Amino acid sequence: MAWFKKTKKPIVTSAKEKPSRVPEGLWVKCPGCQQAIYNKDLAANLSVCPKCSHHFRIGAAERLRMLFDGDWVEHDKDLVSTDPLRFTDTKPYRARLKASVESTGLKDAIITATGTIEGLRAIVASMEYGFIGGSMGVVVGEKITRAIERAIDERVPIVIVCCSGGARMMEGARSLMQMAKISGALARLDRARLPYIAVLTDPTTGGVTASFAMLGDLNIAEPKAQIGFAGPRVIEQTIRQKLPEGFQRSEFLLEKGMLDLIVDRRELKQVIANALGFMGAVKAPAPAAVEEAVATEPAPQA
Amino acid sequence: MPDTLDFEEPIAALLKEIDTLNAQPATDARNREIEALQRRIQTVRAELYRSLTPWQRVQVARHPNRPGLEFFIERLFTGFTELHGDRRFADDHAIMTGFAEYRGDPVLVVGHVKGAGGDTKDKIFRNFGYARPEGYRKALRAMRLAEKFSRPIVVFVDTPAAYPGIESEERGVAEAIAVNLRDMMVLDTPIVVIVSGEGGSGGALGIAVGDRVLMQEFAIYSVIPPEGCAAILWRDAAKKVEAAEALKITAPDLLDAAIIDAIVPEPPGGAHTNPAAAAALVDEALARTLADVCAVTSVARHDARYRKFRSMGRLGIDFVDGE
Repeated sequence: MAWFKKTKKPIVTSAKEKPSRVPEGLWVKCPGCQQAIYNKDLAANLSVCPKCSHHFRIGAAERLRMLFDGDWVEHDKDLVSTDPLRFTDTKPYRARLKASVESTGLKDAIITATGTIEGLRAIVASMEYGFIGGSMGVVVGEKITRAIERAIDERVPIVIVCCSGGARMMEGARSLMQMAKISGALARLDRARLPYIAVLTDPTTGGVTASFAMLGDLNIAEPKAQIGFAGPRVIEQTIRQKLPEGFQRSEFLLEKGMLDLIVDRRELKQVIANALGFMGAVKAPAPAAVEEAVATEPAPQA
Repeated sequence: MPDTLDFEEPIAALLKEIDTLNAQPATDARNREIEALQRRIQTVRAELYRSLTPWQRVQVARHPNRPGLEFFIERLFTGFTELHGDRRFADDHAIMTGFAEYRGDPVLVVGHVKGAGGDTKDKIFRNFGYARPEGYRKALRAMRLAEKFSRPIVVFVDTPAAYPGIESEERGVAEAIAVNLRDMMVLDTPIVVIVSGEGGSGGALGIAVGDRVLMQEFAIYSVIPPEGCAAILWRDAAKKVEAAEALKITAPDLLDAAIIDAIVPEPPGGAHTNPAAAAALVDEALARTLADVCAVTSVARHDARYRKFRSMGRLGIDFVDGE
């Protein structure tokens, strides 16, 4: 039967879709408007193009700097995957982990921390796309679950900033189960009547979308972020046609009723603070955070 | 569709011999020879199935004659009344639900349906078991009904994946699955899950949160289909055999990882060679498991269900704290 079947083409990422993280150097070409931007201007503008408002992808620590008022206390920062499947594809998973640890300075694809947002004490979990595509394995699942449980114990709100290609294949079904684990913890948070805000940034796909990204009391997205469950190429292969322009972008999801709002990064912190205010978070001195505040900013990244 | 899978070549050869004998006029000697060959097939099959590779298990799990939800309903339950629709958009045909009696007690049955083997029309009607958002929402709606009337839920999982199409995304398949994961965790009624064929990623998990997760011997449960994993990580879909191996998707692997609670044995040669025997084995495991989860209080059950999934990803085994 197989002789007339088309062999499946491998999934190739085109240059156009390469991550638009701010590259090094003095000048950057904006993928949105093709103009050259002075790198310092871009950094001063929260990595949003001053000309066309293209949102460059940012790292987990940069996100925390943007959302928190000042220092933060990081949690569970030394959790590391043991590579339980001894997974090897074209290279060993261990080598991929090692390379990501070196390039990001993190031990897995997420930072969880407590700090204040406009004076409101909150826990923020921030995903790092630079670490194996922000994929969710056991460590990401565990750190988010612990962060949610901590939010319940301390009765503080939680914000999760999603930036992920989905579940991490190299940890197999264990990665899949993190979806249930985190969602279950969110059920408890819900019952404790504590706020959870999901922030969906480019990209938020696969198992991350099909679990905590879609379960916020508010689901807030950055403009033009890719958000979806199945990968665009998988869908194209299924329906055998090109996908419409703007499919699986924030604006598409808003129109389809899946998002509460789309917020420009430069206004994100204020919108989150307002929402937390609506949800009953109160400004209070956070003595614990002040006392424990060590220098938590990670070393500058390579 | 051939009667045998590619790795069953020795069986195919024996079947051919039988066919040749059958084509000739029957004599006592020939009949005895045929019987001997049939016995030989049993032995060879049992032998083959004792040491299947992960990819071979994928093939068995996807076998078109593998007993599915409709067969289990017919064999294990009485008085099944199907409930349709999510009361929002449509009735999804890839997920079926309804109430029935199991050994005399009312239960809710939920599961994927791929469509009957060899019946293309039915397969298309069932969308080959690829559920759309409506399916997950229908399942949850029915499960809430079971909760309201304190009836246990029995779930059969058998899907390649949630349907990856435009309308799935438009109507929020990710949201539908996410809500099921969250709400099934706190649903106040016993839930027993049986992975009976393909446990295809989020599309499977979306109805598979429960107090016990059982898995048939040759079923698979994976974060991504081996073909998809091969295409992404190896950049070559032909590496599906390697991917199936690496992903650890077999029942024994998942039992080791504490992702499932027990393996339900299949008849030698797989469920598709003897569906009735396979159903009887599921029946036996289900009766025992259901009795167990129904025996505890609602609070204890809720805590245990949470702890079960909470402990997936074990400190000191799957991850460590510090180097």
